[in-house]
Amino acid sequence: MVRVASWGRLDDHEHELVPLVDRTRVAAQVAGARGLPQGNARSYGDVCLNPGGRLWRTTSLDRFVDFDPASGRLRCEAGVLLRDIQRMSLAHGWLLPVTPGTQLITVGGAIANDVHGKNHHVLGSFGDHVLGLTLARTDGSVIDCGPERQPGWFAATVGGMGLTGVIVEAELQLRRVAGPWLVTDTVPYRNLDEFFALADGSEAGWEQTVSWVDCLSGIGRGLFFRANPAAIPDRAARPEARAAGVPFVPPVSLVNALSLRPFNETYFHLNSLKAGHAIAHFEKYNYPLDNLNDWNRMYGPRGFYQYQSVVPRAAGRAAVGAMLEAIKASGQGSFLAVLKTFGDRPSRGMMSFPRPGVTLALDFPNRGAPTLALFERLDAIVREAGGRIYAAKDARMPRDLFESGYPRLAEFLEYRDPGISSAMSRRLIGS
Amino acid sequence: MPDSPQRIVIVGATSSIAEHCARLWVAGRAVALTLVGRDAGRLERIAADLRVRGPGSTIAVRTVDFADARAIRALADALAHEGVPDQVLIAHGSLPDQQACQRDLGLAAEALEVNAVSPVLFAEAFAGHMEGKGGTITIIGSVAGDRGRRSNYVYGAAKGLVTRYAQGLQHRLAGSGSALRVVLVKPGPTATPMTAHLPQRGLAPVEQVARAIVQGSQAGKPVVYAPGKWALIMMVIRHLPAFVFNKMNI
Repeated sequence: MVRVASWGRLDDHEHELVPLVDRTRVAAQVAGARGLPQGNARSYGDVCLNPGGRLWRTTSLDRFVDFDPASGRLRCEAGVLLRDIQRMSLAHGWLLPVTPGTQLITVGGAIANDVHGKNHHVLGSFGDHVLGLTLARTDGSVIDCGPERQPGWFAATVGGMGLTGVIVEAELQLRRVAGPWLVTDTVPYRNLDEFFALADGSEAGWEQTVSWVDCLSGIGRGLFFRANPAAIPDRAARPEARAAGVPFVPPVSLVNALSLRPFNETYFHLNSLKAGHAIAHFEKYNYPLDNLNDWNRMYGPRGFYQYQSVVPRAAGRAAVGAMLEAIKASGQGSFLAVLKTFGDRPSRGMMSFPRPGVTLALDFPNRGAPTLALFERLDAIVREAGGRIYAAKDARMPRDLFESGYPRLAEFLEYRDPGISSAMSRRLIGS
Repeated sequence: MPDSPQRIVIVGATSSIAEHCARLWVAGRAVALTLVGRDAGRLERIAADLRVRGPGSTIAVRTVDFADARAIRALADALAHEGVPDQVLIAHGSLPDQQACQRDLGLAAEALEVNAVSPVLFAEAFAGHMEGKGGTITIIGSVAGDRGRRSNYVYGAAKGLVTRYAQGLQHRLAGSGSALRVVLVKPGPTATPMTAHLPQRGLAPVEQVARAIVQGSQAGKPVVYAPGKWALIMMVIRHLPAFVFNKMNI
């Protein structure tokens, strides 16, 4: 048994780590056993933890099976990192259509959390580009499914938090790119109304949109980032990636009441000065923290939470405003505060998070009771607005909010693998 | 010749470290790579992955009995006949359960066979062909071979034997003025399936160790610790007097 923590580092627990290394043996390894599949453990909360139990670790199940440079179709094992896909495919003129804020997650993890990125309104979420997947169940069965074959299994597994089985292989459709470069634009905004005007106004002309919001300002001032793929080739170029790291856990969180306000002020004003167009390499623009190894350590020994919610657009303006005020009043918060509007597209997964509306994501250093109390206030706002919380980030949402936020839960449970259980499933589903 | 692809042979190619070295080699210029192992199916799956990563490279797969000296000799002869390798990586090994080895002598014998005798036989076989031409033989040892300790001394003994062998071969090649270099890499604990049952903190990422091996092979240094900090750590460990070392629970 070894101690394993997730990205939020809230706690660590003993797990039995069973590495999956051979895709032809996974079904036999999993049959008759109990456990939880785990990728690169970048989820923040407990979706990827099974304290006291077994983890089927997929990071050594990381081989490509086949790639067709003419069609952009890729077959690979579930433990391949998104980074390795893109570094291989870029030379052929292809990239993944959807990636989140980090490349350091596995294909299986990307499917199980149906991750989304800055281009949701154009390209949807990760599951929208999965052509098929192979699932190994603890009853010994192996299910080959896709949007048109055994579609119920597919829809349950996309966003299914690993609870339907162990994803062994997947087939993905990549998208064509001219090169690695993006044309980017940065626009400061002074309040939420300006944010929504920018968000709506940008949808037609910009493929990628996201914003940083000053969580201490209470009024929702921030920076709106938008980008489009540039028609500039030069596929061989890679940015000079000097990886730095946070080599040890500082005794207290570096993100605290003293550091946050000056950071936010500086960040807002410096970037307002730099506002305007620029060319950026997609890796640096999209995955800015991937080169800072173990950045999660900067929150100190108690770790941190991420709170990410989506609320429907009708209630969005009021709900986001109320949440920002509650956060400001609490004095808690973080550098990382993201505000984004989702596109008007249904997600493929029964338990997928993205839905039309506006999403707010923030990191909070774990200060114990005051942090949890703030979350309860935020929950009330989300609940009233008819929104939901993202399971991939969650460590503490109450069961009622999970049930109200995910109306297809009962349908999803029919596909659940009874041999698979996580700390999250025990917390939110009861087993 | 600068234009013909580098010929690389990886023995024990199904090991995690070896596979990551292969990925680095095919990501550079095109190479002619031969993967040697015991399980044809696994080797083929690795080869298919490498073909995606390095479409310009040719990847071949060979199986052999790792304990049979005659078979090892025949394989080295056959591969050299196709073209004397420029780079050989000897990467096989497996971490046995020390307590089980103490209870079961047969297990101990197998562990010594796979971790000591077999790597040496492969190195000897290839050295014979490469001595006249040049190139590099990289052998993966371990920091465990620097000093026997109670938690893994059967494995450590085997890796110690490999260390002594590499030294001897290096001495031989220096004497004959050969251009062939031997690089002995000693990884510290690395995060691979072999160590999934050990505390994960402090295990080096496998990509980092693979990069050290590929770079060390290029540079031709006689001994490479991966990561480099282990050179200092093991120097201290090697020099601790017995009355201190014996009190340590490692």
